[in-house]
Amino acid sequence: MTDRITLRVTRYRPESETEPTAQEYEIPLRKEWAILDGLNHIKDHLDGTLSYRWSCRMGVCGSCGMTVNGEPKLTCATFLEDYAPGPIRVEPLSNFPVVRDLVVDIGDFMRKLPQIKPWLIRSEQEPPAENEYPQLPAEREEYERFSMCINCMLCYAACPVYGLDQEFLGPAAIALAQRYNLDSRDQGASERMDVLSAAEGIWACTFVGECSAVCPKDVDPAGAIQRYKFTAAMESLKTLLLPRGAR
Amino acid sequence: MTLSHDVLIVGGGGAGLRAAIAVAEDDARLSVAIVSKVYPMRSHTVSAEGGAAAVIRPDDSLDEHAYDTISGGDWLCAQDAVEVFVKEAPGELLRLEHWGCPWSREPDGRVAVRPFGGMKKMRTWYAADRTGFHLLHTLFQTALQYERIARYDEWYVMKLLVDDGRVVGVVAVELMSGRIEAITAKAVILCTGGCGQIYPFTTNAAIKTGDGLGLAYRAGAPLKDMEFVQYHPTGLPFTGILVTEAARAEGGWLINKDGYRYLQDYDLGTPSPKPVLRSMELGPRDRLSQAFVKEIEKGRTLDTPYGPVVHLDLRHLGETVIDARLPFVRELCRSYENIDPVHELIPVRPVVHYMMGGVHTDIHGATPLEGLFAAGEAACVSINGANRLGSNSLPELLVFGARAGRAAASFASGAQGGTAVRPAVQAQVEDERRRLERDLFHRDGKEPISAIREEMRATMEEGAGIYRSGDSLAKAADRLSVLQERFRSARLEDRSRTFNTELLAALELSFMLDVAEIIVHCALLREESRGAHQRVDFPARDDHRFLANSLVHRDADGSQRVEYPPVTITRWPPGERVYGR
Repeated sequence: MTDRITLRVTRYRPESETEPTAQEYEIPLRKEWAILDGLNHIKDHLDGTLSYRWSCRMGVCGSCGMTVNGEPKLTCATFLEDYAPGPIRVEPLSNFPVVRDLVVDIGDFMRKLPQIKPWLIRSEQEPPAENEYPQLPAEREEYERFSMCINCMLCYAACPVYGLDQEFLGPAAIALAQRYNLDSRDQGASERMDVLSAAEGIWACTFVGECSAVCPKDVDPAGAIQRYKFTAAMESLKTLLLPRGAR
Repeated sequence: MTLSHDVLIVGGGGAGLRAAIAVAEDDARLSVAIVSKVYPMRSHTVSAEGGAAAVIRPDDSLDEHAYDTISGGDWLCAQDAVEVFVKEAPGELLRLEHWGCPWSREPDGRVAVRPFGGMKKMRTWYAADRTGFHLLHTLFQTALQYERIARYDEWYVMKLLVDDGRVVGVVAVELMSGRIEAITAKAVILCTGGCGQIYPFTTNAAIKTGDGLGLAYRAGAPLKDMEFVQYHPTGLPFTGILVTEAARAEGGWLINKDGYRYLQDYDLGTPSPKPVLRSMELGPRDRLSQAFVKEIEKGRTLDTPYGPVVHLDLRHLGETVIDARLPFVRELCRSYENIDPVHELIPVRPVVHYMMGGVHTDIHGATPLEGLFAAGEAACVSINGANRLGSNSLPELLVFGARAGRAAASFASGAQGGTAVRPAVQAQVEDERRRLERDLFHRDGKEPISAIREEMRATMEEGAGIYRSGDSLAKAADRLSVLQERFRSARLEDRSRTFNTELLAALELSFMLDVAEIIVHCALLREESRGAHQRVDFPARDDHRFLANSLVHRDADGSQRVEYPPVTITRWPPGERVYGR
């Protein structure tokens, strides 16, 4: 007799329901099964109408973020066994509009991304024809951590500021801006400054640190934000001290 | 509402994004769009780990990269395409560097390279062991600066629109709303990746369901070399998660249950403590996966609940090397196998990884069907022949993504007429709408699609796996045609228009069944063993009959017709594949 565990899954079908409801499914409890394997078991064998996103099931595509027992998690890297004997609550990510069941609308983040200019900005017209921009291993290390973001949105789901104010640029977007600002090849920090230093940029962050706590890739967006606050403060100080009309 | 673009790209992975940027850079007047069933940064390119090959060191040469590729492909590669590929690969990887890709570096600040399977020189660029992830995000973020690249995120293409022998757009469903629209275009580029999901055990993401292969084939474009399916020798049991070849390039050993480096028994060289290029663990993937099957037959593998395994041993590399070069391998092993490769052996087994075959294209990415282009894993140029070398797929999707983008841009600029929808095309759109309404949404069938999908996968593994026979393939063909029949009366429970993933799975399964039948059919007809296609009943390579690509067409009555145009040979006549000696 296989052990079993209950998943209590949020259902929401906008065409027939006004409010989300919870539905319970009993599934096998297998040692190597992630929450996502449990959902796939439901989808394939118990209820074909359950909707959720997933793809790589190796923690790198960023599709399968959901709320598991109240915490934002990548469901492909979160295991049933760790929640035994259950039941396990599986809900859509917080702070996002729910489209259907466990699927949320991340359009807001997708619209914010281009605002922080997440691409390499250089002053010269053409890069060297035959060569790379040199970069020492230590220089690469400087931004590497912030380059690891998989856009899974767990940090937005955990962020109390974003929960209250959707205008907040948010942890992943700011960390990504810093990924380019700190890249020794990039010369675009000043172009990103207006967006980052705006009221809805870094200054909205109250440094709760939840974003870094839930990040499955150890990106540390909270650290990125703190570091940029210091940079921005120094920049505005410089502006105050500079003689006027010196440009 | 009419949605219309000059160039429409289906798929937003590495090839699709590279093609989009190429179009945007090529001609500022052209309107370009990407339609993708997932947000582009979720595409499967993200999972590539080990690296991207391109000649940059003074001790290396384009000819050597070409020779490694052609011999690795067991002489089925189009040699003119390989020459173009090795020549343009360094520029493409350099361009990625200029766009910010965080390539790993040598102490002096130059881009670093590592060894890789089947490569005689060190030429594989890497970003730790997250090369695909960094490459995809760099491309996606770079593409964001082109406001002219429109995106249809989470739209699924159901059909190519063909008007008088020319592709003029697609019919697609928006997942969020369920609305079905025609998106017309003067040129369409398929960049939809491969189809690992037709097998039960694969490194491929759930999205890799051969959509583009099915779309092209149904529209009348031939597919090429579909019988060549690559098994990667080192997947984690149960999940099928890839343990990169870089693990062996950095010095990892494959050992059987006796702790013996068994590859020495399969004409792959003699073991030495340090990795030797084109030898032992750095042999090509087809030969390593085949050696595993022989080890099972000799009773020298270990049994697990998920089938037989051998071990990948990284322990002697030490924590510093593993953390610097293979951090993702360590993370994956810890998360998914609860083992630490610094101290423990990694259980591995061969796993379906890559389709050498795909939509037949020329070296510009053009298919024989006017207005249709293809690039990346979905396409078959072919630079991969009968067996792709590790770290050639990332540069391939860049080189040929860019080429297809430029060719499609040039085709669209010169194309006659606007993108107005003619009545005959409008009728095709209405047909698709009806197909969904009648055949899918209102269907009270007998069995769920998941049951059919599971059986298709088992059929493919049993009948068209690492070793095949006329017998196993004929049985597989019979079972697949029964599954096609059962699919027509399968049940769909979900009637919602909003993010209906059951409907999506049904559309995907329909393509997968077609592709599975094509693979089996082509494998049955190729009565020889070459690269990844091993026939136990025809164990030798037969250059007399089969130094030829398989080109499969869909005839008007729906049947498959296979032709064998000779392989393009430029400078490297067929020879023996020699590894480790």
